[in-house]
Amino acid sequence: MAAEDLPSEFDVVILGTGLAESVVAAACSRVGQRVLHLDRRSYYAANWASFTFNALLTWIQEQQEGPQPEQGKDWSSLLNDGEELIHLSNPDLDSITNIQVVSYASEEDEEVPDTAKEETSANSQLEVESAGSREEKSAEEESAEAEGTNTKGEETEVDQSHPGASSGPSEPTRKKISYAQLVKEGRRFNIDLVSKLLFSRGSLVDLLIRSNVSRYTEFKNVTRILTYRHGNLQQVPCSRADVFASRQLSVVEKRKLMRFLTSCIEETEMDHAYSSQPYSKYLQDQQLGENLQHFLLHSIAMVTEDTPTEAGLASTRHFLRSLGRYGNSPFLFPVYGLGEIPQCFCRMSAVFGGIYCLRHSVSCLIVDRDANRCKAVIDSRGQRISCSHFVVEDGYLGSRSSVTTPTRLLSRAILITDSSVLPGDSEQQVSMVTIPPGEVCQSAVKMVELCSSTMTCMPGTYLVHLTCQSVGSAFEDLSQLVTKMFQTPESQEPGGRPTVLWSLYFNMADGSVPGVEGQGLPSNVHVCSGPEGSLDHEHSIKQAELIFQRILPEEEFCPPAPNPEDIIYDGESPTPSAEEDSGKEAGQQEESGGDLNPQLDE
Amino acid sequence: MQKIYEAELSFLEACLKVNPKSYGSWHHRGWVSARLPRPDWARELSLCDRCLSLDDRNFHCWDYRRMVVKVSGVPVDQELEFSDRLIGSNFSNYSSWHYRSTLLPVLHPQTRQEPPHASSPRGPQSHRVCEEQLLKEYELVQNAFFTDPNDQSAWFYYRWLLGRAEREETISCVYVSREDERVAVAFSRPINARCVGLLLVLDGQPLRVEWRSVHPRFRHSPVLICDLPPGTINDVTNEHNLTVHWTGNHTHRDCALYTGRVESWCRDTATDQELFRSELSVEKTSVLQSELQSVKQLQELEPLNKWCLLTIILLMRALDPLGYEKETLAHFQTLKEVDSMRSEYYSDLCCKFMIENTILKMEYAEVRVFSITDRNLTSLCHLDQLLLVTHINLSSNRLQRLPPQFAMLQCLEVLEADNNFLENLEGVYHLPRLQEVSLKNNKISTLTDLQPLASCPELKRLDLRGNPVTQAASVESDLAELLPSVTDLLL
Repeated sequence: MAAEDLPSEFDVVILGTGLAESVVAAACSRVGQRVLHLDRRSYYAANWASFTFNALLTWIQEQQEGPQPEQGKDWSSLLNDGEELIHLSNPDLDSITNIQVVSYASEEDEEVPDTAKEETSANSQLEVESAGSREEKSAEEESAEAEGTNTKGEETEVDQSHPGASSGPSEPTRKKISYAQLVKEGRRFNIDLVSKLLFSRGSLVDLLIRSNVSRYTEFKNVTRILTYRHGNLQQVPCSRADVFASRQLSVVEKRKLMRFLTSCIEETEMDHAYSSQPYSKYLQDQQLGENLQHFLLHSIAMVTEDTPTEAGLASTRHFLRSLGRYGNSPFLFPVYGLGEIPQCFCRMSAVFGGIYCLRHSVSCLIVDRDANRCKAVIDSRGQRISCSHFVVEDGYLGSRSSVTTPTRLLSRAILITDSSVLPGDSEQQVSMVTIPPGEVCQSAVKMVELCSSTMTCMPGTYLVHLTCQSVGSAFEDLSQLVTKMFQTPESQEPGGRPTVLWSLYFNMADGSVPGVEGQGLPSNVHVCSGPEGSLDHEHSIKQAELIFQRILPEEEFCPPAPNPEDIIYDGESPTPSAEEDSGKEAGQQEESGGDLNPQLDE
Repeated sequence: MQKIYEAELSFLEACLKVNPKSYGSWHHRGWVSARLPRPDWARELSLCDRCLSLDDRNFHCWDYRRMVVKVSGVPVDQELEFSDRLIGSNFSNYSSWHYRSTLLPVLHPQTRQEPPHASSPRGPQSHRVCEEQLLKEYELVQNAFFTDPNDQSAWFYYRWLLGRAEREETISCVYVSREDERVAVAFSRPINARCVGLLLVLDGQPLRVEWRSVHPRFRHSPVLICDLPPGTINDVTNEHNLTVHWTGNHTHRDCALYTGRVESWCRDTATDQELFRSELSVEKTSVLQSELQSVKQLQELEPLNKWCLLTIILLMRALDPLGYEKETLAHFQTLKEVDSMRSEYYSDLCCKFMIENTILKMEYAEVRVFSITDRNLTSLCHLDQLLLVTHINLSSNRLQRLPPQFAMLQCLEVLEADNNFLENLEGVYHLPRLQEVSLKNNKISTLTDLQPLASCPELKRLDLRGNPVTQAASVESDLAELLPSVTDLLL
């Protein structure tokens, strides 16, 4: 299979399987375009991917090792007159930096671990599998005292004679999860590189429904919205039922909050009076009290102190409109992780004839010098494939983009913990936590805590995603917060906080940086940016729709797909089969099997 | 057998998925469940929970669930948690609040405190909740109506909490008139003259008497009367002891008619019974006071919310009906404006409260004169409380009729009802002592309207000035014929 050549002519060639690229692929295939969708990586969804624990370790290793050397082949033999080459680069060069792994789980399945294991490694010195190689570091000595209490806590679990010194309420019965267990149960994890949620009335949900792509995946409601204030976690009452049940609000506050929430759905004259002032000022003038202002500004609008009123109100409305559509919070999270979503669109594209190849890249573009249009691409095997449009993830343009635009970064932390940050009546809570700027970190941190029923972590653990705009490296930005909210050997005072078993810090390029359009690129080359820092998916979906409209201005964007029963299969179809990559995701794309050539029953 | 029934249950489950509100399916499911040799009630409960989570107002499911709970003996506290859960997920569902109101009296019954004036044991089941729990409920429901003051479920539940229990069944008053040789008995609730087992004992001797209601229009009445055999008590020099036994309720009330007296009575007054006040003990009325404060706080935020205004009125009445009279009236005025569709309802409610207040004032003053003038009264109520009143003044109101219940004013001598819209005097019926009636400026238009007055033997003076009937020809002679006892007629 692998040796077989691809067809040499397509309407659209897409490089990169991130969200925007995948949506464009689905949209183009859906209206009958011949789509070739490639990714240099061995997995789908680029930086939107979700990994099992073991796959994540491999990914970390790959990132550490850096890219394989490019073989600078000369493709000029494939050029015709009036054509020139644009070379593409490796997408992973710059997008992920400052990877740092800290594991706190005991190595073996011991009952009383002698000492907590700490592995800290800087960029490109990672030793994930460093069993036995215990580094005697000064950091470990520093935290010796804290570790002492930690060990004590573990001892009480064994002999339960003197109750809970440092452990949570349900702790004594639970056995500590070891690193070996994490690896063994690694397949139960689906760890997202980006952390986002879907607004129930956001453009992604609308698109999923409109295009029927929603049939390929399932979602869970985020069950609660939390906020970190004065060193405490509080539940943010946002729905009517929450406000009713809230124990922190006085009845008068309840009334004021409800009144504000109901009134701000409608635009009023008042809003315009504040158009030039910050939202925080607007909230102040509503006589809401400090508590409510905090909730509204940081957790509901999720904006900063100086966001203008109009933007603040708009995001408040967006939040409120999404509320109650699918449940008691405005957010959805895809079961099995966010990486599912780009894959769902790829699947839709494949169903409508899109051809998929992983571990397959484009090395250069062939550009018609006069028309300044991309006529064809040369794939990594040296095949010339002509196309009328080329869509590419900005990472492949590499140096081209970063020269002119200053790179903004996101700081990410991923934690595996043993209990929830705020234990509730149910263990299976999906929590969205906002940590306002200045509480602990300089920038606002968005935290999503996933429980095992989202199929992203093994039972008995929680998967915690932290995201913020970078100031320093991810570790510098976020480790302080982690120490404060969770139990790590570095934590000063012991308390019933969840214990971190394993953590990963890294920086990712912020895709919201203004695009590289028109930077000397041919007019039919369209660039998709990678994930950005916002909680929603609006940016990528808008981008995908824009690109689609540029490619096919006359066509409808993702019309509803017909039911499988309504599709007539043309048994005589001579078209060669879709190239299936034998990668791990192969099973997902089986419907694209070559002799299926679906057509609309019209 | 088990198998057949179980197959039927799964079939019914499929049916309910199609139509979750089918009477037939639910009823049949109940029938099958009851006959199942080894019923799986947990499964039935979870089915109900699923149905209710899809539609929490599916009354068929509620009914079925009640049956399941009853048969399978789910503990009440578990059911209360169930109602907690439902209210937590949607507090606009009155079904859950109502269910709660049936559970609480069972789980936290009011501790039996015999009030000092009670002369009889209470009924078997108090429908009230113990004070401690009541206070918790106040808090819960307050959270609901502060969150959404336009939602009526919470307010209705709150009204239930603030409401009084049904009064215990007692004989509240026995009145005996020597001249008329008549006994009138007032009860705490309307009773049927024919069915009730009433026994009259005069000086130790049971007497055969015929009890009847005060007006032929109704058989149930809170006031019953009977005539004694002629000559039993008419001698002023005799002293008599009278006892009325209510055999069905094992209660009785004595009344002594002393020498030289023409009438006598024995009673519990409205003030004795604190009839129109809250039931909370004195220490806990401070809680009601703080409830009033917080509802007032809500009213400041939502000045035009009708539920809020109405609740303030109710709380004020529960606390101190007379002290808050002025504020209450002002709130009623606002209510009529903000909720004009129900202005007549508010008018009637307002009348009720004003009459209650007037009764209280009369009883504090220890007089038998009831006067409520110029108050826009639209209806009359609590007339059973006016059994002993001799003078009533209802002038300058908006009354259209004196209802049959008015006949309960057995001692009435003077009736003033000038400047109303009266056209119906049905209730002025067989009032043995009525002498003077003043009906100036009303809407009495025909002689038949005046017919009931003919049943009052003592009527001497009648003022009909300003009524349409006076315009009729030969009205004077017709009236003389109709009311021969009247000597003083003003037209």
